[in-house]
Amino acid sequence: MADVTKAEKFTYRDAVAEGIAREMRRDPSVVCLGEDIGAAEGVFKTTVGLFKEFGPGRVWDTPISEQAIVGAAMGAAMTGMRPVAEIMFSDFLACCWDYLANEIPKARYMTGGQVTVPLVVRTANGGGLGFGAQHSQAVENWAFTVPGLKIVAPSTPADVVGLMSAAIRSDDPVVFFEHKALLAGSGPRPPEGHLIELGQAAVAREGTDVTVVALASTVPLSLKAADQLAGEGISVEVIDLRCLIPLDMRTVLRSLERTSRLVVVEENPYQGGWGGTVVSVVADEGFELLDAPIKRVAGANVPLPFADSLEAEVIPTVDKVTEAIRRLSAY
Amino acid sequence: MTPEELLDAYSEMVLIRRTEKAAHDLFMSGLVKGTTHLAAGHEAVAVGASSALRPDDYVFATYRGHHHAMARGATPEECLAELMSRATGLCQAKGGSMHLTKATNGMLGSYAIVGAHLPMAAGAAWSAKLRGSGQVAVAFFGDGATNIGAFHEALNLAAVWSLPVMFVCENNLYMEYTPIEAVTAVPNPAADRAAGYNMPAEIIDGNDVVVVHETMARAAERARKGEGPTLIEAQTYRHFGHSRADPAKYRPADEVERWMKHDPLDVARARLEALGVPPETIADRDRRAAATVDAAIAAAKNAPEPEPALAFTDVWADGGAAWRT
Ligand SMILES: Cc1ncc(C[n+]2csc(CCOP(=O)(O)OP(=O)(O)O)c2C)c(N)n1
Ligand SMILES: [Mg+2]
Repeated sequence: MADVTKAEKFTYRDAVAEGIAREMRRDPSVVCLGEDIGAAEGVFKTTVGLFKEFGPGRVWDTPISEQAIVGAAMGAAMTGMRPVAEIMFSDFLACCWDYLANEIPKARYMTGGQVTVPLVVRTANGGGLGFGAQHSQAVENWAFTVPGLKIVAPSTPADVVGLMSAAIRSDDPVVFFEHKALLAGSGPRPPEGHLIELGQAAVAREGTDVTVVALASTVPLSLKAADQLAGEGISVEVIDLRCLIPLDMRTVLRSLERTSRLVVVEENPYQGGWGGTVVSVVADEGFELLDAPIKRVAGANVPLPFADSLEAEVIPTVDKVTEAIRRLSAY
Repeated sequence: MTPEELLDAYSEMVLIRRTEKAAHDLFMSGLVKGTTHLAAGHEAVAVGASSALRPDDYVFATYRGHHHAMARGATPEECLAELMSRATGLCQAKGGSMHLTKATNGMLGSYAIVGAHLPMAAGAAWSAKLRGSGQVAVAFFGDGATNIGAFHEALNLAAVWSLPVMFVCENNLYMEYTPIEAVTAVPNPAADRAAGYNMPAEIIDGNDVVVVHETMARAAERARKGEGPTLIEAQTYRHFGHSRADPAKYRPADEVERWMKHDPLDVARARLEALGVPPETIADRDRRAAATVDAAIAAAKNAPEPEPALAFTDVWADGGAAWRT
């Protein structure tokens, strides 16, 4: 373990490997599998050092066989291991969707609790890098449609570590979304044993006028918007959900008690996006708290275009978020 | 191939090589964003195959597909403009390097989900069979694709329905950074699987455009006669890394050297010389290709960026993107 020094840069991508390594050190049943994760250390360099430290007996390079990767992870999880499976880009989850939609989330329930599936499927999610329609999607809402999956999507390196530990220790299956546009960002390295319970949102910035609910890439975006608006005298509270399931609505509703205004910022498409569920809970349980309509800033209902300028048209940007907040606070 | 045909094939290969080099340089200088998967080294597969096809046949390629788009008539300018996010690009800057498509020429797309297009090619061949059109379909794919379910499902379907389709594996020994042999149960990842689907298979030198052409011509003839699919494993090698700026450090130096000495352009040039084509004629083709690509780079650089509104076109067949009233 490297010493903590001021000069050290601990990136989000380092945090992924670090989070996995911490659990592999304490629990020999944790094993990793995925494409190019071993000697090559991951195409996003999110498994750096694992092969070296734990060897080929615990870090397995797979063929390009997404069904086999996730199906085998499931079988291993049913029989005493805690597999951490990598699906290189979240778009490829579609190639093994049977396991995530029909098999893994149902196994415990339909066997009357006989079977437990403690696994993590990690995957690089989201846009902003100009990778086009089949490598840029934010698909956390795909998982969100399936009861039986826990869903994690951290925004900071420390959260990656703390949530990775919790995800690997979870006896329930977890889909862990690592955002591609956040990989290079850095932050403090959390102390050993850092653990964040699944389903606890964080208040990333306190404020009194408008509540912004964000996840993963939209957290830094919303924080930037909040910074800009502070100059205009608008006080923005930013909530980082960190997990979609369990969904920490208590923190959202509490914030609305103070602000009475809600903006949800999500990268997945507006159509079927998770923000719709957040908003519907607020409508059901927090209607009286609101002094203004609710705004959702979400991905547009189109596939992702390649050109940077076109991509920015269809995914959330700081400008779109500031614009939404301004409108609400003027309501 | 006649000397004229071979000279044309050579010219096309040089054009592809130059375009790939340009794509590499433009990526390095920041003018190409996102990613690229260059096919330098694979030219003979695309050109040998397409020169054996009819203009109305169908071709499906992967994200490593610039050579297939060009072999089916996409120009360097259209390709480079797409890579550089210009409105004049093949896909109006909405596809990018991984999705080059020239549907008017039967080049029905480049797909970035490994294996996804093999069943599509089977479907296009099925359609040709249903319509009695005499067309064939070809799926080009990498060695790595042979381990995904879609490969196996497509081969079986094509065999039991006796479809006019050719499955052409460009075996370049590597997936992204991992050697194919490290994760595959058989030495010839594509060809060794064909027997399981009762499909004829050939392993060929994918760097010899004449060999590719002749093999494809035979397979296409079989397909058109209703004798079903063929699998071709073309052995080749990529000159650049897997994608973007990958320096391909995982490849042993002696292996790289061996393959660089077996460059498809050199192989074709040697064949041309053996046929008595004068070196000046070949040099002239080289010069013309260089000039075409230089002009393409300049044109792409000067081409306009896409209008923002383009982000909201062509979700639907009516050209729009409306999703609610
Ligand atoms: C279903 C799926 N899994 C993984 C990937 C990521 N990926 C892109 S290219 C590639 C390697 C493919 O190797 P190969 O089929 O040999 O083709 P090559 O790149 O060598 O031409 C991988 C794993 C993907 N695009 N799709
Ligand atoms: Mg390959």
